[in-house]
Amino acid sequence: MATKVMMEALSPTMEEGRLVKWVKNVGDAVKNGDTIAEVETDKAIMEMVARGDGIMRAHLIEEGQTSPIGAIIGVIAAADEDISAIAGGHAPAEAPSEQPKDVPASELPAPPVEAHEHKHPPVGTATHAPEAVPGGPVRSSPLARRIAAERGVNLQAIQGTGPGGRVIKRDIEQAASTTPAAAPVAAAPRLSASVPPSATTTALQIEGEFKDVALTQMRKTIARRLGESIGPIPTFFLTSEIDMTNVGKLREQMMAVGDAFKVSVNDIVIKAVAIALTRHPEVNAHWMGDSIRYFSAAHVGMAVATDDGLIVPVIRDAHLKGLGAIGKEARELAKRARERKLQPSEFTGGTFSVSNLGMFGIDQFTAIINPPEAAILAVGATETKPVWENGEFVPRQKMRVTMSCDHRIIDGAVGAKFLQTLRQLLEAPMMMLY
Amino acid sequence: MAIITYRDALNQALREEMHRDDRVFLMGEEVAVYQGAYKVSKGLLQEFGEMRVVDTPITELGFAGVGVGAAMCGLRPIIEFMTWNFALLAIDQVVNVAAKMLYMSGGQFPMPMVFRGPNGAALQLAAQHSQAFESWLAHIPGLKVVAPGTPYDAKGLLKAAIRDDNPVCFLEGEMLYNTKGEVPDEEYVIPLGKADLKREGDHATIITHGKMVLVAMQAADQLAKEGIRCDVVDLRTIRPMDVDAIAESVRKTNRAVVVEEGWELCGVGAQVVDYVQRYCFDHLDAPVLRVHQADAPMPYTKSLEKAAKPDVPKTIAAVKQVLYID
Repeated sequence: MATKVMMEALSPTMEEGRLVKWVKNVGDAVKNGDTIAEVETDKAIMEMVARGDGIMRAHLIEEGQTSPIGAIIGVIAAADEDISAIAGGHAPAEAPSEQPKDVPASELPAPPVEAHEHKHPPVGTATHAPEAVPGGPVRSSPLARRIAAERGVNLQAIQGTGPGGRVIKRDIEQAASTTPAAAPVAAAPRLSASVPPSATTTALQIEGEFKDVALTQMRKTIARRLGESIGPIPTFFLTSEIDMTNVGKLREQMMAVGDAFKVSVNDIVIKAVAIALTRHPEVNAHWMGDSIRYFSAAHVGMAVATDDGLIVPVIRDAHLKGLGAIGKEARELAKRARERKLQPSEFTGGTFSVSNLGMFGIDQFTAIINPPEAAILAVGATETKPVWENGEFVPRQKMRVTMSCDHRIIDGAVGAKFLQTLRQLLEAPMMMLY
Repeated sequence: MAIITYRDALNQALREEMHRDDRVFLMGEEVAVYQGAYKVSKGLLQEFGEMRVVDTPITELGFAGVGVGAAMCGLRPIIEFMTWNFALLAIDQVVNVAAKMLYMSGGQFPMPMVFRGPNGAALQLAAQHSQAFESWLAHIPGLKVVAPGTPYDAKGLLKAAIRDDNPVCFLEGEMLYNTKGEVPDEEYVIPLGKADLKREGDHATIITHGKMVLVAMQAADQLAKEGIRCDVVDLRTIRPMDVDAIAESVRKTNRAVVVEEGWELCGVGAQVVDYVQRYCFDHLDAPVLRVHQADAPMPYTKSLEKAAKPDVPKTIAAVKQVLYID
């Protein structure tokens, strides 16, 4: 007997799930209890197991698609069994397969209201419209339920216009036409083959200037819950102490070539940040409200204190520029900022910002995110500190950086990996040539 | 293409099949000299002689049994009942013998015979002569049940029924005999078990058969004037039923109304609704409704008879109801 694979409630608050991966391909043998798919709930990616034996005969949704709980997403059946009745065609009768235990009552078909009371209808009009039961499950036609499932429309939110408030086809079509697509298919961040191999590097594939990625279930939940917790931007902070000794040596070597090649620590930090951003586009992003925009280029904002207050001019395409160009541009922008001569195009469009208070002797601080950017890096002063190394204390140049992260976009581990890359680049600045 | 009556279409089918196969013969009350109570067998006695067009006494059980015996002996009898109401007297031969002979003889005796006659109500023939029996007959494994609604279908299906090696109950209509329609001059046979999409529309499906095909077509015509487009699925054969045709249409329209002449409980429509719920569940936007005769013996009184019968206004009301149009 065929087993319908249904989207199951894999978390207590889950209403729909995104099929991340079919573990069992069509044609694979499946045993009861085998993992058949990975499903992203509002919380996590969970494994879904088979509820019957047979062959995975059909996938009714594709990877990346979202289905409400209870929707049929696949069919497990014997190799020669006719599954067209389940998979969309017409086939001999068969007993319905079991409902998953976790399906909320509201997702199940409405029970008959008048089962015990048969009335003789008038000739030619053979039904009585059932009355709606206040607080009861949403009444809906099977067709309406199917269309709602296909379009990701929440039946509960729809006012039915059929008898007794029954939700019918036209109600779903009305709802679908007046609200944006309820379940956009998210393109999950993927590893890019073109990115240099590095243990700490992942990258989105971004073709063109930027790529908008719809919010995943998880991102939506994170955005909503953390926003409630802390305010418009749910921020968290990551601090890292970076050994700048080799950066110091690099600067000395460059200055030894000639005064024209003098670069500041800040210039090197901006360059390193830009390179790290291209390797971690998850951090190089804007919050767009209902999507996240990931950028391919690193436009690094540089916080400049003026008499009037803070402004953040932007060094565009910093990942493509040499230290000399960055240094020159940074000095010019800072000067023009203080003179209040910046054009709007020069202080907008940043994808990430750096704020450096090291020159004021600040060891460590937290910066406020410059919306809609995903993060900002607060750079403290570089200090000589004793470090226990090979059985003795040695002097090392240490600099503390703190990244403020918008938790709607970035999670702790993502931010940490970015900082790890940044630290690698600054502790071994030759890696910037890699 | 010639336009002829349903009666003449049946007459042509009988004549052609009797010419084609000399094992075919017609037997029943008044079929020979009187040329049939409804003149379906007009001219056949003169053409084929009294060995092949046989008048019987008023003994339905007897001549139905003679027909069964003839079929067992290799002939292909056509048994005419003056109406199916009178076939109740012969039902033991139909249900207990003809339907089961092939099975109970282990395949030794096929039963290539046709039981035919008018079925359902005419006008003011009262309770005992106004009954539709297709759901009774279709209940029985071993029988085939055919109910054509047009001259074209009547001829093509009767020829198929006569050629079939199983007992076929062929349900005509007293009110249909005078209806006219196009019938090709060349020979044709309509396979049993195939429904016909008599009219195409995408808003609702009307599923019907026999005499009610006319009612459904008239209802669909009137609905079309209001912009409501209906599929009209004419089952033509009740058993075996063309489930694919039903499902295909309902999956398209998402709504269905079943119109039949008989009573509600355990009617043909009940079976159609079962197939629809089984194969089209996820496609339904409204409960399937049925239009049928009132649950009472047919009244003799003209006004009450009209009220009891399924008709065009009742069909239109049901279609609007499944479309949620008040």
